Amino acid sequence: MIDRSFLGRTSEPVVWHVERGHVRAFAAAIGDANPIYYDDEAAVAAGLPGIPAPPTFPVALRPRDVREGMAIDWRKLLHGEQSYTFRRPLFVGDRVSVVARIADISEKRGKSGTMDVLVIETTGTDVVGGQVLFVGRSTTLVRR
Amino acid sequence: MKAPKLSVGQEIPPLVKRPIDRTQLVRYAGASGDFNRIHFDEPFAREAGHPSVIAHGMLAAAFFGQLLCDWVGPTSVRRLSVRFKSITYPGDVVTCRGQILELRNENEHRAVELRVWCEKQDGTVTAEGNATVVIR
Repeated sequence: MIDRSFLGRTSEPVVWHVERGHVRAFAAAIGDANPIYYDDEAAVAAGLPGIPAPPTFPVALRPRDVREGMAIDWRKLLHGEQSYTFRRPLFVGDRVSVVARIADISEKRGKSGTMDVLVIETTGTDVVGGQVLFVGRSTTLVRR
Repeated sequence: MKAPKLSVGQEIPPLVKRPIDRTQLVRYAGASGDFNRIHFDEPFAREAGHPSVIAHGMLAAAFFGQLLCDWVGPTSVRRLSVRFKSITYPGDVVTCRGQILELRNENEHRAVELRVWCEKQDGTVTAEGNATVVIR
């Protein structure tokens, strides 16, 4: 059982530079061959200011782990849900400050027994403009 | 990119991915920074009760991103919400689909609400969700 006193814990920010090699590796890993992710000219030809990152690239901009000390058994952990809202795509050259917060801790009774439910909200803020570029909400389930 | 005439209930062009393999899972682990061993360490995955390593749920989420970007371009996706329903293993072939639920006019934009889902070769739904895209 996860201690509810972890609720609201917020990580120290991490500043990520959106790098072209990282975007390229991510696009290749998901099997997306769209040239806008690999080639400046293709991105500009598509009307973009530069190379964009695929929509779920924010997952790669990892915050500091707010789950430290929670004693989670990784074999029993399942990713249940994930949502994102986006202000705009990230572009190569962006600098993003990423913070995670434990948004909810609860338990759920299902067919296979009781599970802990952990919701972590991750916010990415543009270092230059100060605008929130994405908010992610991840729900993980831990079997007991 | 301009989408053609849209109507509620319409399905968008599906995205068929090539079979998931272990190399892809290792590449995705590296690119995304998710180093949970269940995605690349066979004995660890078996100990957790799986027949083999399992795909990252977020890989399916990424496929939804590609599905939407292929359809309306990379700057249009405003929201993506995904529920992971069943596990994908190496060798599985997944197809992502989307269907228009609602169309709204917002200022100069048109907002499109979609249902999206990802299914395996045997029809099992591995992930499903909702998305909002805006089209000029």
